[in-house]
Amino acid sequence: MTELGVAIAGFASAAVRVATPLALAATGETVTERAGVVNLGLEGAMLAGALGGAIGTTLGGPWMGLGVGVLAGLVVAAVFSAVAIGAGANQIIAGTAITLACVGVTGTLYRWFYGTEGVGLSLTTLPPVAIPGLSRLPLLGSALFSQPVTTYLAYAALPVTWWLLFRTRVGLAIRATGEAPAAARASGLSVTGIRTAAVLFGGALGGLAGATLVLAQVGTFAEKMTAGRGFIAIAIVVLGRWHPIGAGLAALVFGAASALQFALQAAGLDVPYQLFLMLPYVVALVALAGAVGRVRAPAALGRDED
Amino acid sequence: MRRATTAAAGLAVGLALLAAGLWLAGYDAGEAMSALWSGAFGSWDAFASATLLRAVPLILIGLGFALAYRGGALNIGAEGQFYAGAIAATWIGVHATTWPGWVALPVMAGAALAAGAAWIVVPVMLKLRFGVLEVISTLLLNFVAEALVSLMVQGPLQEPAGIYPQSAPIAESARLPLVPGTRLHLGVLVAVAAALGLWYLYRRTWWGLRLLALGEGPRAAQVSARVNVRRMLTIALLVSGGLAGLAGGFEVSGVSYALYQNLSPGYGFTAIAVALIARGHPVSIVFAGVLFGALDAGASAMQRDAGIPAVAVLIVQAVVILVLLLGEVAARRAMLRQAAEPAIEAAS
Repeated sequence: MTELGVAIAGFASAAVRVATPLALAATGETVTERAGVVNLGLEGAMLAGALGGAIGTTLGGPWMGLGVGVLAGLVVAAVFSAVAIGAGANQIIAGTAITLACVGVTGTLYRWFYGTEGVGLSLTTLPPVAIPGLSRLPLLGSALFSQPVTTYLAYAALPVTWWLLFRTRVGLAIRATGEAPAAARASGLSVTGIRTAAVLFGGALGGLAGATLVLAQVGTFAEKMTAGRGFIAIAIVVLGRWHPIGAGLAALVFGAASALQFALQAAGLDVPYQLFLMLPYVVALVALAGAVGRVRAPAALGRDED
Repeated sequence: MRRATTAAAGLAVGLALLAAGLWLAGYDAGEAMSALWSGAFGSWDAFASATLLRAVPLILIGLGFALAYRGGALNIGAEGQFYAGAIAATWIGVHATTWPGWVALPVMAGAALAAGAAWIVVPVMLKLRFGVLEVISTLLLNFVAEALVSLMVQGPLQEPAGIYPQSAPIAESARLPLVPGTRLHLGVLVAVAAALGLWYLYRRTWWGLRLLALGEGPRAAQVSARVNVRRMLTIALLVSGGLAGLAGGFEVSGVSYALYQNLSPGYGFTAIAVALIARGHPVSIVFAGVLFGALDAGASAMQRDAGIPAVAVLIVQAVVILVLLLGEVAARRAMLRQAAEPAIEAAS
């Protein structure tokens, strides 16, 4: 391969790696929002998933880590749905509080489980798995098909969620709940049940996303390590126009902007690295300006069911 | 009053949960709680130099958040606006060596206010022009602001020796006067004055009423109260950003005397909680700010004296919010039930 080819492959590989947790979390949140619920607790669910991933891995290896991460995300989502859907409290406030609680709980649990601070925790990560044949494709082959297993989970989650939302009765019920809860209830659907299930689905994927961050990217846990990725995933849902495939593409744009930062830094350009740190967020802002306008959020998003 | 009772109940539940959790985790819960208390209220010095000092940014940012919220907009980018204000104040502070205090301080405060407002201009434009949700755009700019601070303290504003990622100390004349015997700066008076000013605005002026109408429903406000929706929303968001910027400026000119990364321990987010539990009422925000400032101050003492991670106290803050939220829901349901009873009786 030429030098340029290597550079492009490296760039694309980093983009996919950064995009993976964002795509997972955004896919889940897409379903949640399609049911009419905004879960700002997603950041908390990711953080819980990250700690769950770390603890699970310490106890029983990376697969256990993924499982515990999903479980942790589910628990956080369950608390959120009890408050925001069960009791019908304001979703934005409830989500903010849940995220706050998660920062506190994970910080404390981490210190308790792994002892005093300063221990550079190093976990077994998930190795890249090359898919025979596909990974040998020129240029983008290894970037797309020589990734940790969580990336393939994201590849699978996107079309499955699309199918679920737009080709099944369950999906119709979810969308009806998000557009017109009163009508959905009148036609015999349980709005509370559907919303709870949608939040739990989002929480599970959020937890998986957090575990992915630990097990496929960083290999360690730190206080507040999600650093706003859950909120970015919510921005990605908007960018992706409340559509799973759109969310996947938006996540990739965000991943590419982040990867560009690594690539340009590696190229040794004499530009302050902080400008590259800003890049993904600026790209997201510009993309939002271009993407919104022609799309509409689910009509009952963020409202109580009545 | 009912609300204060619910808040106290939430606080009790949250502290009990924290103590139980710490006890389960094998910490000395009694020692932790006593450190929490003495760090926040143990002495006049602790109260003024730790609790009130932390309450100042929480109150200012909380007032700004509540102002925008009243008009129906969610500014969750206070953290970024805080940093914009801090950068502006530092810039002036380090160059103000020959200025007298009565020039330097107002200029710094004005620059911080303007920088905070400027930081929210892009979200306002994106909202008005393209309909981009300000929740997302303000949030994204937080990360840009953090990177900008990092750029400043390793670039244009780095201390002259060029070793540490921080600015040079600001000039003596650019430092806010302190309450004698404490580390509490006079920004606290500004925070209280801002609260009273907003209270007057909401309760006694036509503008405040129209802002409320806007928050309740932009279309109705436009038609029936002749509200210029775009202009009013712009003003509310700019002031909201400005207050957060001012908080950042005060943090530099009254507390740190220099610009650092991580200058804010998450004030921008804690202040949202402050505004929400006070339901946007300016005077309640002052009390809620002091309460959360106390929890914050206590948390530091807890970490220092009992070796417990300071973030643990966030659990208490979260429980206070959740209990208030649930109390509100319960109150609303009780009200609806009461309203429905005569109708049900009449029907049966």
